[in-house]
Amino acid sequence: MEYFLELFFSGLTRGSIYALIALGYTMVYGIIQLINFAHGEIYMIGAFVALIVAGVCTIYGLSGFAILILAAAIAAVYAAAYGYTLEKIAYRPLRGSPRLSPLISAIGMSIFLQNYVLLAQTPDFLPFPRLIPDFAFMDDVAHIIGSPELVILVTTLITMVLLTLLIKKTRVGKAMRATQQDLNMARLVGINVDRVISLTFVIGSVLAAIGGVLVASYIGQVSFYIGFLAGIKAFTAAVLGGIGSIPGAVLGGLIIGWSESFAAGYISSDYEDVLTFVLLVVILIVRPAGILGKVRKQKV
Amino acid sequence: MLKVQNIQTYYGNIQALNDVTIEVGEGEIVALIGANGAGKTTTLMSICGITPPRAGAIFLDGDPIHGLSPENIVKKGIVQVPEGRRIFPDMTVLENLEMGAFLRGNKRQIEQDLNYVMTLFPILEKRQSQLGGTLSGGEQQMLAISRALMARPRVLLLDEPSLGLAPLIIKQIFEIIRQINKESNTTIFLVEQNANQALKLADRGYVMENGRITLVDSAPNLLSNVDVRKAYLGI
Repeated sequence: MEYFLELFFSGLTRGSIYALIALGYTMVYGIIQLINFAHGEIYMIGAFVALIVAGVCTIYGLSGFAILILAAAIAAVYAAAYGYTLEKIAYRPLRGSPRLSPLISAIGMSIFLQNYVLLAQTPDFLPFPRLIPDFAFMDDVAHIIGSPELVILVTTLITMVLLTLLIKKTRVGKAMRATQQDLNMARLVGINVDRVISLTFVIGSVLAAIGGVLVASYIGQVSFYIGFLAGIKAFTAAVLGGIGSIPGAVLGGLIIGWSESFAAGYISSDYEDVLTFVLLVVILIVRPAGILGKVRKQKV
Repeated sequence: MLKVQNIQTYYGNIQALNDVTIEVGEGEIVALIGANGAGKTTTLMSICGITPPRAGAIFLDGDPIHGLSPENIVKKGIVQVPEGRRIFPDMTVLENLEMGAFLRGNKRQIEQDLNYVMTLFPILEKRQSQLGGTLSGGEQQMLAISRALMARPRVLLLDEPSLGLAPLIIKQIFEIIRQINKESNTTIFLVEQNANQALKLADRGYVMENGRITLVDSAPNLLSNVDVRKAYLGI
């Protein structure tokens, strides 16, 4: 039972990170039907920025937790700037062209950003400092769920609650939903959809950066390539849950996290990816739109 | 008040509007009738800035508005009820109405207008927390008109408000359009295939064929015009 719980929480932790990244894919897809393949790179850049901030802060002797918060904040700002710019230069000029064009542009941006970090930083793995301390109150349950897992879970939970409130309650959130449901109608009620699209990229990028910082400090290393695999997994999560659906992205992320964790724990870690993608194929056969995805019927 | 002057609109290389000129005076109800694919919807979308004209000009009270972004055109007071209602399906009726007032800040006035549209269409009050996509076609049309009214339009553009609705509902909707025009002196520009109903409501009418305006006259004259009767009224 204890082993099961341990796997459960480690899956939950991984899954919540996937969910955080998957939200970026799904929100962008929901509005402009584009798979932003460069999204994983934003996550990677977030982790790198955090590494640099952490390095500087350590020199000034800040405590681990303060560094984590500062690093996450700065990484979020950087990632937001990257996401905003990415949309502006790589996708906006292609608005209205065939759907394949921005998709190819996205792949191009992904390759570009990877290589840019590769050249500007290093091709090697860099160690990332352990910023999350071991809390004393977690001692009793540390063999099931450790302090880093707790911090990740709490952070992602808070982030998702804030995101939900933003989308459900605020004016910009309503504008985002309206744009997602009918872009031209949104323009006809006076919504500046370009601004909404920019904002969607900014929010998705902030979420990815937070995910990047948490993962980097959890597994203790970063490289220019981490965005690729995390991006693929999160994208899978978004598709599994039903791309375009926000609860779907969270559900998809958790399912992938758990399937990886249980496959690795009960079978062998060689099988974690196999099981994940088998699951994807099976679910897409049964429900092509994803678990919570909608096949929309139009009423005339 | 609204003046469309010699506009040409294209979809890619295909010309949809050729030298279209339309004038709508303040407080008037003007109808644009024509067959499928004549360019009626494109005319409205050109006015609203969704498919901006490549040549020609559009004026509101003498100020050019072609080239403005759709949201700035809405800000100027031109609001459209598009073809097929285009209700936000996953938003509640109340949220749909709030979206109509997206550019307005005065909460008290918005509240007043909410009450106003709910007296125009009492069914909306009953349905207010229901999702827009679950309404019937007629209810959606009422919601679409109400959503547009929430912007306090000076010019209301209506695209095929009768499309797919039962005759009784059509009558009710047209009655409300007349009422809106009377009560708040809202200028109305109406696009319809249902020429008979539209011309009975309108003061003046334009007939459009293949992207061109072929006839302009007062509504009663159009109703008795032999060509119009043959082509659009089926008499």
